[in-house]
Amino acid sequence: MSATAIPRVHTPPPPDPPVRPAKHYINATSGLASWLLTVDHKRITILYLISITIFFAIGGFFAMLVRLELITPQGDLMTAETYNRSFSMHGIAMVFFFLIPSIPATLGNFLVPIMCGARDLAFPKINLLSWYCFIVGAVFALATAFMGGVDTGWTFYTPYSSTYANGAVLTAILGAFFAGFSSILTGLNFIVTIHKMRAPGLTWFRMPLFLWAMYATSIIQILGTPVVAITLILVGLERGLGFGFFDPKLGGDPILMQHLFWFYSHPAVYVMILPPLGVMSELTAAFCRRRVYGYHFVALSSVAIAVISFIVWGHHLFTSGQSVYAGMVFSVLTFLVGIPSAIKVFNWMATMFKASISFEAPMIYAFGFIGLFTIGGVTGLFLATLGLDIHMHDTYFVVAHFHYIMVGSAIFSYMGGLHYWWPKITGKLYNDTLGCISAVLIFLGFNATFFPQFILGYMGMPRRYHAYPAEFQFLNICSSLGATLLAVGYVLPAIYFTWSLFKGKDAGPNPFKAKGLEWEIPSPPPTENFTKVPVVNSEPYDYAPGAGH
Amino acid sequence: MWNFPLFPDAASSMAGQVDALYFFLVAVSLFFTVLIFAGCGYFAIKFKRVDENFIPAGQKDNMVLEVVWSVIPFFITLVMFAWGAVIFFRVYTPPEGAMEMYAVGKQWMWKTQHPEGHREINELHVPVGRDIKMTMTTEDVIHSFFIPAFRVKKDVVPGKYTTMWFKPTKVGKYHLFCAEYCGNQHSGMIGSVHVMEPADYEAWLAGVNRGETMAQAGERLFTRLGCASCHQEDNKGRCPTLKDIYNKPVPLQNGQRVIADESYLRESILKPQAKIVAGYQNQEMPTFQGQVSEDGLLQIVAYIKTLTKPDAVAAVAAPAAAAPKPATKGGNKK
Amino acid sequence: MATHATTPNAHSDDHHHAHPPGFAHQFEDIGQQLDSTTLGMWVFLAQEIMFFGGLFCGYSIYRSLMPAGFEAASNHLNVPLGFANTVVLIASSLTMALAVRAAMLGDNKWVLRWLVGTLILGCMFLGVKIIEYSDKFEHHLVPGYNFQWANAAEAPGAQMFYVFYFTMTGMHALHMVIGAGLLLYFIYKASKNTYHPQYFGPIENMGLYWHFVDIVWIFLFPLLYLLGYHLGKGH
Repeated sequence: MSATAIPRVHTPPPPDPPVRPAKHYINATSGLASWLLTVDHKRITILYLISITIFFAIGGFFAMLVRLELITPQGDLMTAETYNRSFSMHGIAMVFFFLIPSIPATLGNFLVPIMCGARDLAFPKINLLSWYCFIVGAVFALATAFMGGVDTGWTFYTPYSSTYANGAVLTAILGAFFAGFSSILTGLNFIVTIHKMRAPGLTWFRMPLFLWAMYATSIIQILGTPVVAITLILVGLERGLGFGFFDPKLGGDPILMQHLFWFYSHPAVYVMILPPLGVMSELTAAFCRRRVYGYHFVALSSVAIAVISFIVWGHHLFTSGQSVYAGMVFSVLTFLVGIPSAIKVFNWMATMFKASISFEAPMIYAFGFIGLFTIGGVTGLFLATLGLDIHMHDTYFVVAHFHYIMVGSAIFSYMGGLHYWWPKITGKLYNDTLGCISAVLIFLGFNATFFPQFILGYMGMPRRYHAYPAEFQFLNICSSLGATLLAVGYVLPAIYFTWSLFKGKDAGPNPFKAKGLEWEIPSPPPTENFTKVPVVNSEPYDYAPGAGH
Repeated sequence: MWNFPLFPDAASSMAGQVDALYFFLVAVSLFFTVLIFAGCGYFAIKFKRVDENFIPAGQKDNMVLEVVWSVIPFFITLVMFAWGAVIFFRVYTPPEGAMEMYAVGKQWMWKTQHPEGHREINELHVPVGRDIKMTMTTEDVIHSFFIPAFRVKKDVVPGKYTTMWFKPTKVGKYHLFCAEYCGNQHSGMIGSVHVMEPADYEAWLAGVNRGETMAQAGERLFTRLGCASCHQEDNKGRCPTLKDIYNKPVPLQNGQRVIADESYLRESILKPQAKIVAGYQNQEMPTFQGQVSEDGLLQIVAYIKTLTKPDAVAAVAAPAAAAPKPATKGGNKK
Repeated sequence: MATHATTPNAHSDDHHHAHPPGFAHQFEDIGQQLDSTTLGMWVFLAQEIMFFGGLFCGYSIYRSLMPAGFEAASNHLNVPLGFANTVVLIASSLTMALAVRAAMLGDNKWVLRWLVGTLILGCMFLGVKIIEYSDKFEHHLVPGYNFQWANAAEAPGAQMFYVFYFTMTGMHALHMVIGAGLLLYFIYKASKNTYHPQYFGPIENMGLYWHFVDIVWIFLFPLLYLLGYHLGKGH
């Protein structure tokens, strides 16, 4: 077929009976070496999935310690040192070793090549290298924990972390550094794959919105992560060699460290939310049986968020002595970065209008996401508001806000995506009722844990407090009780997902009757994904052909 | 445990303004949250799938709709921004004539100093109804001076002074917290701000055993460290005079002018070469880094402030020019 | 956006048509492979720019705050040696570019020679750096270790200068060492005649990396060595 052939409407293949293919990427070869030395993006997905789930459990364990201590106002469960190390390890494990990789390294690794119609990513060996970088970082992080941990917080502010802290700061820094390099390599792979390896006919504006989201995320990973890499190196050199980059006695400024740190770490939070926003678009389209409304706006809003995310970092420094005029600039830009997110929410709602909505587990997660993301988003506005941030900075209001985004939204969407693509990745179906129940439990547990923290924050309870004044106790108890429910909610999927691997029904290629290249190949897919290169001649999500413009 | 508040005390002149902005944002947030929740809830029920084979009709994208629901929220956020920026500017711009107080953070306590000499640890007694400006620093790591009831906080950073101000409006005792993680006893670095009726405050001042005032302590250091031998008040020394310079412009060697505020004075003691006064290019002032603590620096600065009469004209001049003697020749100011 | 026209059945499991050696099968054809690997290297270099950017940012801020200390400290560096190193590095970029050209022309002998030349020049650069660093140790100019500076007024700025001097040239040297290691790898592959007009992407990308490391030095040299040059000798 020549490149100038008359385009045909791409008819999906006849539905296969739900039979597991004889040969697929999981059983293509066997043996530990074939997994640890794989270059198949799908196997690397599984490697990452296992690794990050372990770190989710580790981070969750430290969260449990924190919430247990905070049931009483006195610091009576553990010493202050232990508490400080617990919240620090919680942050480090969750941010660097769970959230940053989460969707990109699992769902992204699995789906980016398939959604592009390619056999693999551009650089399969670099993909494997990225996992090994993650593992090296993980080894350093675990070493840090075994050496007693660090108590600097995941933010490593100087001079505390460079000059005053006890603990394995240098090992923790190395852990974060290698995890960051893993992130950079993943982003590099995605950018090149999306630019150069899309199947014939797959123009930019025919890409699924998940690809747009992964592309925008990768831009941030490439341009932002190196800055935190050098920042951590500078902190490490200050600590290890006495190079006083931020030492006032040499004319240095500790606030410079904060600027350099947040120059990455603010865009990093968009690395953590853009992929979930991409997943949300996929879930909305699939379970409304309809193309996402305002596709172009949703696609470009991801890129807008990535770009604007680089110029708002100063909103973490409003109370630091930064110039009031700089504060004003960062404040108005921070409001600006919220608008594309709002655009997405409105477009998803428009997609639901007069649609055909089904309530399988992924869609329950999607609805929950919209609720939690709305609350997380509007509370971000409070913090962007200069006059309010002076009061709220470094209080539990901030803690609540970012957990609504990073846990309530990001993890919720990650779970929704896992529930949606689990049949594709494993070829097995899980119990959907249990899926819905876990979504509801997580939703309720999450709100019970974190909503009281908004109130605590405005009342003035500071962050990272081991002990607190007695009048804050009731709300802290509510929060800890909620955390217990939340933990139960998270344990459930571990159980029924594992169960599905052994006893689940075969999924077949398209259990949800969704549109997308990934649903046109078997579940689990063969190693090379496509037996022949697909040609794309239709718009994305063409449930109703001819829709859109 | 059951008798818990859900809203903090509002005890400063700015607290009401901050709360008003807060309630505005709560209202807007509630509006959009309810709109989105209700919308999703309604759609979820009304458009629930009934027929497995039903494919919803296509929709036409509408540019106008996209613009409208982008621009309207943006304008609302601009209102939030503007209102917040105004309050921010007010909170971080100390009014003229504010009572000066000082705080030094250190792991893990707040050391506050009154100009009259009273020093407190983790406490701050202040009179109600007066503007109070805090000039603050830290001896070690970054801390943050936070009084929730006043809706104000400011980080304290090593190597520099940061300032904030407040005007207490309600008598009472309020929390003082450290709000920037600073190590082991971060959550122990808390205390109280006691707002008192003016009469009670005067009584407290008189009653507490206070020792010398900050300026007296500063003058003592000024002599002991040898500053007096150069910085003579009639400009005959090898150094610029320190009389009548506080908060006045000072011409520098490189042609710029700076205002001789607390930060400039502190910097000149620790890094004398940083901003050399015009005409003193061969100056030989040594650095006092390591010889005087942050507390001591605040005391010396307090002393130098007393050398400036309230309405003095800037008095810095190059040594060659014979500076006219000030009309009222006084001795060392107390 | 243009995509590659390709035959749909190009890569069924049992294709037999020839690809150039070095072809990686996730790609459709060698052209897509070259495009992709080149883009990949440019993306990586963008990331490197951001990495060094943090250092340049810190340098710029502190230099503007402490100009006298920075200039005095810079004056102590050996400009002729630094200049010689600059010439050596630029020459190594030339030999690298010539190696790429030789690969594109299929001249295996010269691919090997130019790569070896690049490696030799790179090692010369690193050798000079070792000499310079030893000199700093002797003259008590290593921050956090033995730093002393006679002029008390300039001392803070001078020490901060040397903090950045060691970190920036050290990072640069680290990237050169990595580059040297990669050159060894490419020399080995070139000795096996791996590169030819249909497959020179890896050498070209190595060239991009090497030129980048060179360009970083082009910025480092004036900022570090020439900053205090106007102060003259004996300052």
